[in-house]
Amino acid sequence: MSGVRVLVGTRKGAFVLTSDGGRTAWDVSGPHFPGWEIYHVAGSAADPTRLYASQSSGWFGQVIQRSDDGGQTWAPVGNQFVYDGAAGTHQWYDGTQRPWEFTRVWHLEPSRTDPDTIYAGVQDAALFKTTDGGSTWHELESLRQHKTGPDWQPGAGGMCLHTIVLDPTREQRMFAAISAAGVFRTDDAGATWRPVNKGLHSEGIPDGDSEVGHCVHSLAMHPTRPETLFMQKHWDVMRTDDAGESWQDVGDNLPTDFGFVIDVHAHEPETIYVVPIKSDSQHFPLDGQLRVYRSRTGGNDWEPLTKGLPQRDCYVNVLRDAMAVDCLDDCGIYFGTTGGQVYASTDAGDNWSPIVRDLPAVLSVEVQTLP
Amino acid sequence: MIRVVLPAHLRALARVEGEVQLDVEGPVTQRAVLDALEATYPMLCGTVRNQVTQQRRPFVRFFACEEDLSHAAPDAALPDAVALGAEPLLIIGAMAGG
Repeated sequence: MSGVRVLVGTRKGAFVLTSDGGRTAWDVSGPHFPGWEIYHVAGSAADPTRLYASQSSGWFGQVIQRSDDGGQTWAPVGNQFVYDGAAGTHQWYDGTQRPWEFTRVWHLEPSRTDPDTIYAGVQDAALFKTTDGGSTWHELESLRQHKTGPDWQPGAGGMCLHTIVLDPTREQRMFAAISAAGVFRTDDAGATWRPVNKGLHSEGIPDGDSEVGHCVHSLAMHPTRPETLFMQKHWDVMRTDDAGESWQDVGDNLPTDFGFVIDVHAHEPETIYVVPIKSDSQHFPLDGQLRVYRSRTGGNDWEPLTKGLPQRDCYVNVLRDAMAVDCLDDCGIYFGTTGGQVYASTDAGDNWSPIVRDLPAVLSVEVQTLP
Repeated sequence: MIRVVLPAHLRALARVEGEVQLDVEGPVTQRAVLDALEATYPMLCGTVRNQVTQQRRPFVRFFACEEDLSHAAPDAALPDAVALGAEPLLIIGAMAGG
């Protein structure tokens, strides 16, 4: 019987939650790396036993951990992330230029075909790659060196490259999202990049057609529709059907279109999920009600999903990497909160229940569907 | 034999308990001790000092013999008691936060 493995990164360690295909009884393993911030844990689609975790600390810096047995045991691998060539400068909060400085790895994106190849999105924004299972990392420097780089500026969480989307049909194409610069696309495996932000409008940017400066929070793609991406922006839920050449707002019917996460149903490319958050200054759900919103039409028409979720006195947040879906026949949806709950739905969002309730604040959730 | 006390997070990362003991050839300096520490426990590379600049991480401090050695030159000799193994070099995670 198939099963699932949910990989949870938290402010104080990593947790591995496993269940069979029924997804009713869960084994909770952890905390792994207790006391460290785990921004992301990711598993290889090419080898589900191969996991990587980004472990960091304001005191002791960045560590990358690797597991070859599905998270039972871990070992540190290479952690040297050095910008290639001159670091250059970007815009700081006060408008001055500031040198790029590595802080941490926000996101790990494994290759779909090679368990030793992983991309890492880091703060200050840059993209790194390993092809030796994490022993050594090298920067795909042309992204950071893009001519707009001096105009990039940090969002409230830092100037991070937080989302990496690999096109499953074009080996050379990938998307990277940076807060607060926007989305960039390469069609030549990272040799060159260009911003793909037309149609994004961000309050406070004087130039309505600015190609950078957008605070993109998250991207999602269904593997059968690689031209279509969905975006949760600082404000606005957007979609593109031409690989980012143009974006349309599809979030107007939401009670608030601020939020962090967005994801796509595993078998229905037009079914998408967001968790509306009240505002950029109040990072919690409206009215104390934790509601996932689902659109079965790729946006515009949305329905609230509330069964099993707290509908009073709930003031948690759901951060940008904290939602994922499994690939079982009845698609499972998972998300984690800053209150330490990880919720799961085994019926595409109609009903929810917590897998765990009292973890440290959840930073990321990924799911592996196991054979 | 040089004795080094690591903070708890780094002991866990290096999978050691208690003090670590290191052979250091030549003058016993911060740099020499950290070189030996990282050679013996490569998973600690980058956690105490920057791997490129060799600068101490901002929230890491060095103490020995009731002295704060955090701002001492990396190639300055450590106290004789450390060099002789009578006292450990303490690597401390600074008390910061709130």
